[in-house]
This record gives sequence, C-alpha cells and structure tokens, in this order.
Amino acid sequence: MTTQPGDLAPADVSKEQSMLLQKEMIARHYSALARAPQQGRKVVYTFVPGNLTELLRSFELLPVLPEINALQAGMRKLSGDYITEAEKHGHSEDVCTYVKCDIGMLKKGNIGPTGERLPSPDLLLLSYTGCFTFMKWFELLRQEYDCPVAMLHVPYQAEGRILPHHVEYIVKQLRTEVIPKLEQVSGRRYDEDRLRESLRLSAQAEDDLVWTLEAAKNIPSPIDAYFGGVYYIGPMFTAFRGTPEGVTYYQTLRNEVEDRVRKGLGPLTPEGTPEKERYRLVVEGPPNWTNFREFWKMFYDEGAVVVASSYTKVGGLYDRGFRHDPAHPLETLAEYCLGCYTNLGLPTRLELLRQYIHDYRADGFIINSIKSCNSFSVGQLLMLRQLEQSTGVPGGFIESDLVDPRYFSAANVKNRIESYLQMLEQKRAGATA
Amino acid sequence: MSELQICMGIDLGSTTTKAVVLNDAGEVIGRGITNSRSNYDVACQVVREEALMRTRFSLTRRTIQFDPTLAAVEKPFLSALERNFRLCQHLDRLACLRQALHHAAEEPRYHAYRRELDAMLDEIVDTMVELGAGHFNELAVRKSDFFRDLATADYMQLAEQRSDPGGISFDTLCSLFDAAILVVDNSTSGDSFTEQIRAALGSTLEHATPAVKLKAEELRSAVESTCSTTILEVATVGTGYGRQRLPFPKEQIRSEILCHGLGAHAMFPGTRTALDIGGQDTKAIQVDADGLVVSFQMNDRCAAGCGRYLGYIADEMKLGLHELGPLADQSHSRIKINSTCTVFAGAELRERLSLGQRREDILAGLHRAIILRAMSLLARAGGVKDEFTFTGGVARNSAAVKALRSLVKENYGERVLNISADSIYTGALGAALFALRKKEADA
Repeated sequence: MTTQPGDLAPADVSKEQSMLLQKEMIARHYSALARAPQQGRKVVYTFVPGNLTELLRSFELLPVLPEINALQAGMRKLSGDYITEAEKHGHSEDVCTYVKCDIGMLKKGNIGPTGERLPSPDLLLLSYTGCFTFMKWFELLRQEYDCPVAMLHVPYQAEGRILPHHVEYIVKQLRTEVIPKLEQVSGRRYDEDRLRESLRLSAQAEDDLVWTLEAAKNIPSPIDAYFGGVYYIGPMFTAFRGTPEGVTYYQTLRNEVEDRVRKGLGPLTPEGTPEKERYRLVVEGPPNWTNFREFWKMFYDEGAVVVASSYTKVGGLYDRGFRHDPAHPLETLAEYCLGCYTNLGLPTRLELLRQYIHDYRADGFIINSIKSCNSFSVGQLLMLRQLEQSTGVPGGFIESDLVDPRYFSAANVKNRIESYLQMLEQKRAGATA
Repeated sequence: MSELQICMGIDLGSTTTKAVVLNDAGEVIGRGITNSRSNYDVACQVVREEALMRTRFSLTRRTIQFDPTLAAVEKPFLSALERNFRLCQHLDRLACLRQALHHAAEEPRYHAYRRELDAMLDEIVDTMVELGAGHFNELAVRKSDFFRDLATADYMQLAEQRSDPGGISFDTLCSLFDAAILVVDNSTSGDSFTEQIRAALGSTLEHATPAVKLKAEELRSAVESTCSTTILEVATVGTGYGRQRLPFPKEQIRSEILCHGLGAHAMFPGTRTALDIGGQDTKAIQVDADGLVVSFQMNDRCAAGCGRYLGYIADEMKLGLHELGPLADQSHSRIKINSTCTVFAGAELRERLSLGQRREDILAGLHRAIILRAMSLLARAGGVKDEFTFTGGVARNSAAVKALRSLVKENYGERVLNISADSIYTGALGAALFALRKKEADA
C-alpha cells in the first residue's frame, strides 16, 4: 500500500521510519511494474488471499494485486469514477466494487496508484480462497487480455481444519498446473532452493509481524490493529513476502512498536496519539477505503482503539501459529492458502473472534458489514448474536462498502459507532451512567 | 422568591425538535416541540423557551391544585387559563407574522400597489386573529399544535378568497407568506411568560363564572407567585440527529438510541424491545429491565420507509401528515407495495393513481411496506420481545400502528404493544432522565 497514515494527515504529522520505508518499497515496486514491458520482465496478476508471492519471485515474476489497486483508488477518491465507468459497461450495482473499480480503471487506461501505467498481465494466476467472485473477476480480465490463466482451486475449510488430502490436492495442482505455467511464462525452470530461501525470509518477517500485532495485548495498545493494521500487513500480504526488504520493514516496525510499548504510548494515528484508550475493540470485516481517514477519526474521537481485527488475517493467520516452512516448500504454500481468513467456516471465524475478545481484553466488538462483499458479510448478523452469547460482550453493527463512495453515510456510521460506544459505557457504569 | 431546579432533555430530530423538563422527582413538568429547521440553534432555543413556559404553567397549575381553598374552582379555571394562555401565545406569533409580512412587502417590486397590499395583509391577519380564538376554544379540534401549520392553513384560505388575478394575485400573497413565516419560525419570543399569563388570567377571569370570580384574588396571587419563581436549569442533555450542533459539551450529548431506550423504559417500565421510526432513521432497540440498551440495529444510509417518506407521500397527495393514517384506515382492499424508496415515492403514487387504484388502498399498502422494513430491522436486532414499545413520530399514525400490530402478532405471537400519546417526546424524555442522573451523580 502506498498511502500511509502520514499521507492522510497534514504535513506536520509525525511519520515513523517504517511508514517511509513502506512507501519507498511500494513506489519501487510500481515503478518496476511500469518498466516491466521495456525491461522484458513478466507480470502475473493474482489475488491477496492465497497469493504465491515467493513462488512467483522464484521465477523472477512481478505480482500485480487488483484488490490493492482498487483500495488505493478508493483512498485516492478515484474509485467512484471507475465504478461508474464499469457500470456504463453493464456491470450491475450489486457487483463487488473491487471488481468494478478494477474494470473501470482498466477501461480508463490502467493507470496505477502512483500515476504510472500498469503493465498487462502475462499470466492470470487465479488462486481463489474463500471468494468465488475472484473467478468471475478473472473471467472478465481474461476477456480483456489475451493471456493464459493458471487455476489453483483451494478447498474451503468445511470441517474447520486443514486435512491431509486438502494439502495433497493443492500440491498436486501446484506441480501439474501452476508451476508448468509459471515456467512457460517466465522461461525459467522451477528452482526449489531459491523458493526455500524466500520462504525462510517470509518466516522471519512473519515472526515480527505477529509480534507487532500481539503487542496490542498491552494496555494501552501501542497499535491500532485495524486502521493501523492494514498498513502493517501491506508488505506481507502483497509483493514483499520472502524478500530482504520485507524482513527489514518488519524489523523496523517491530522496533518502533517496542519503543511505544516501553514508553506506554497508544497508537499513532493521522490525528495523533489518542489521549486515553477508552475502549478496546475487536473489528470484524474490511474497512471502508473511500472515507478511511474519516472512519478512523470516528474511533479516534471516542478514544476507541482496535486491538484485533479479522481483516488483517485475510492474507494468512500467522498469529495462530502458521509460518512458511522452507523444509516443505509446496506443502507450506498449500497450508498458507488454506488458512486465509475468508477460507474459514463461520464456526472457525467465530471461535477466532471469541479468542481475540478474550486474549486482547476487548470491551466490545464491531462488525463492519460490507455491502458488496458476500465472502465477508454472509452470516455476520448470526455471528454477532452468537458472539454476544458466547462472550457476554455486546456487539455493534455498521454498514459501509469497500470502495463505492455512494455507500458510505458518515452521519449514519458515526451515529451507530457513538451509540454503540455509549452503550458500552453505560454497561460499564451500570444504571447510574 | 422561590427557586425550582430542573433538568432538561433536548431531542433535535430531523423533522421536529423536542424538549422535556423534569423536576427533582423525575416528573415531566414541561415540554416543547417545534419544527426543526436549517438552523438547529434556533430550533433548540425555541423549544427550550416553550418547555420553560410550559414548566411555569405547570407550576401555576400545581400551586392552584395544592391550595385546598381553590379546590372548587380549580378545574374550570385551569382549563380556561390554559386555553387562553395558548391563545395569547398564538396571538403573539400572529403579531410577529403581521410585522414580517409588512416587512416582506417593502420589496421594490410591490411599490406600485404597496398601500393596497398592506391593507390586504392587515385584513387577512385581522381575520386570522379572529379565527385564532376558534382554534383554542373548549370544543376546538386542532389539526396541529404547530403555529406554522395553523397559520398556513388560515392564511392560504384567506389569501385565496381575497386575491384577485387582475389585482393582488394569490401568488404574490403566497410569496410574502413564505418569506414571513420563515422569519417567524426563526424568531424567539424570549421569556414572555409573565406578560402572557397575566393577559390570559385577565381574559379568563373576565369570562369566568361567579364562583371563580369570587376567588379572583387568590388565583391572581397563585399565578403571580409562579411568575417570580426562579427556574434553574441544573443539567441538560442533548440528543437526536442534530445533536452535534447543540451548544453543549460532548459529555452532555447522548446518542438517540440510548435516549429512546431509556425514554421508552420510563414510559413503560416493562419495555424490552423498542421501535422508533423517526424522520430519517428507524431504530430497533433491545433494553434490559433498567432501560439500558443491550443491542440495537438502525437502517443503513438509505432512509426508505422512514417518517420522511410519509411526508413526501402527504405532499404528493396534498394532505397533512396527520391525515394519512385515518385515510389508510378506510381501506378495504390493501394494495401490495414493495418499494419504500423515498425518491420514487411520488412516481409510484402517481402511477398507481393513474391505474385507477383508490387512495386509501394505496396508502394502506404504503404503510404496510414501511412496517415491513421495520420488521426486518427488528428481526436483525434479535426480534420483538414482550413488552414492545413503539416510539417516534410515526407511532402517532394509526395505519402504521395497525400494520405493526398485525405483523408482530403474525411473526412473534401475542405481545403487549405500548404506544404513548406522548411518544414523540420519548427521545427528549430519555435525554432529560440522563440529565437528572448526571445531576444526582454530581450532587
């Protein structure tokens, strides 16, 4: 992600080293993408959940992640126009707005977040974990670009756990479908040693990411694990897993957070650090990107800090123990794909949220239900009720969208957040509040 | 000089602004309501003044009720005093309207016939003053409690009668009224209680029975004592759609969800589920035995099926909002309507009328459609528990209540359905109760 908390704020807002580092890394990546056609580098479009970055890198391939482009367009207030453009081409109002934003961006010249043109794909790598819209999305892109498609079917964790045959099934596809296509597109042979080295770097960075996210168990929490969290997962979930820059970024981030813990500081936000941590919350669901800063400020104004979120697990549940394992390179990639948050069943998601509420000593939890994201939203009202029952902690429910600005009603969202927090306050204080 | 400590709750809704005043015992002793407007500060001030006026009137009432020597005359006297007091307030606003109309007539485009125009405006307002007494007599059935509504109805009727297409046109009179009523709506009357209650007392005694006249001195002294009471507003809490605009510190502002929950509990202590259909949003709220909110759901950014939708329908049908329910109640063959989109309300209505469908049947369908949306929200909030309290402006609509009653029974079985005649004040009452709690906590 190239937009940083500091970018959302006036120039005098303090920026930490990790923010600058991430910004540079991503600018370099987009620049490399823009130059790829001239330099003869091949490009693979693929999705965040279940991405095979280490494998792609081992073939010297550059990844493009359409969801990231869409959320960037949302933060830069470009998504509204892109969505309208896609609707002009016949895409209905109810279609996922990431898809429409991406199609609209393509129709308007495929200019990426940094203002440089994105290269056309040499391969569409369709690894769909928990989101079946991905398949339709790449069907649409397939019509636009004359390039091969590699399919990787990741079975849904219906039993609530990964079974050996799931892993075998994915490894088989990697060997027979994905790797041959990557070899064909890149003109290189599969190099397992190179992949192992990359996976080793992944695991190293993953340790630091987990440490950072778990630092939110401190009171006050030194991080916001939702609004801030989306930046922390940026390099890990996109193009930098398994790279030395990724390792450096997470070391830097960890050092900064360690420093905040030592000083007893709360999280850094575009508005500054909240004076007091009044509410510790767990959030389920993706954020809204079009009004990201305004949305974050609604929490900041009330002293609400998010201590754990499910959205920061869409690219892997590292905090539950998973690490990429260089000893079993393809099996570990399979397990990674299977473990992404949206690939989990409702009972597993519920249990995870229940543990977060408990482990992070949360006062409450909020569900941000996204209008155009069925993968996330289905079952969320049921989750709300069941979580309330199993934890005794009241839940709040708000509705917005990923990148369609028409679906963000600031007054309505603010009203619900404030009402919910006042409800928590009242509960805390008893009848005399 | 005596002193009265009060707590006030103000609910700045999107359609109306309400205020409730409580005494130390938590009893409602004053209320005010006005149409909300673009300037929330004025709406807030108007409603506060009205609530304080009513508070003083309550004081007068109590002083007289607690005086055993006045027991025999209390009832006829108080009801006449109240009518006259309201009439005085109405006349006061008419005087303000007259001034604003003449001011609006000063525009250059009216110069050529200014004298005739002024005379006609005076004639109209003079007649409105005469009609005013009729609105507040013993048998009067007022269509609305708002000055604006009463004045608009009277003025338009008189303007239509007096206008002359060849001379002063109806359009001219309408434009002047539109400008003037805005001024009246946005002006506050300050603390004019003493002046108005004295005038009301004078005319009440003048037309009183000999028995009441015998007690004139005692009554006068009771009224005077309340004029001199100092009212101390010790705690205030604001809520509602416009709450951020209230000139209070943040800790004195409460979400309307909490206020509606507590207000519903105060009105009906058995309440476990409350439904509030307001102008721009609908809320389904679950409360515990103490009136504390345990969960809630609100409509999303789309205000389809909220009170404002009914407002558009009323405008389209050229009816008053209060006339919709009774008309829908006359339906014998409800039409099924699925959309409650406010934007398409007019088109939907016109289409159905053009198909020859009856107004009452269409209205019955529209009311059911609104309640169906509310039912979905209630389901999302965890269902309808016993007892169930319906609040907000739409709870005054008989057709909406009828549809709700039947759908609740159909979906959840028998439930006690509570609706207070004062349901529109639920949010303000909750806010006032929060103010009272704050006062008690500070003490």
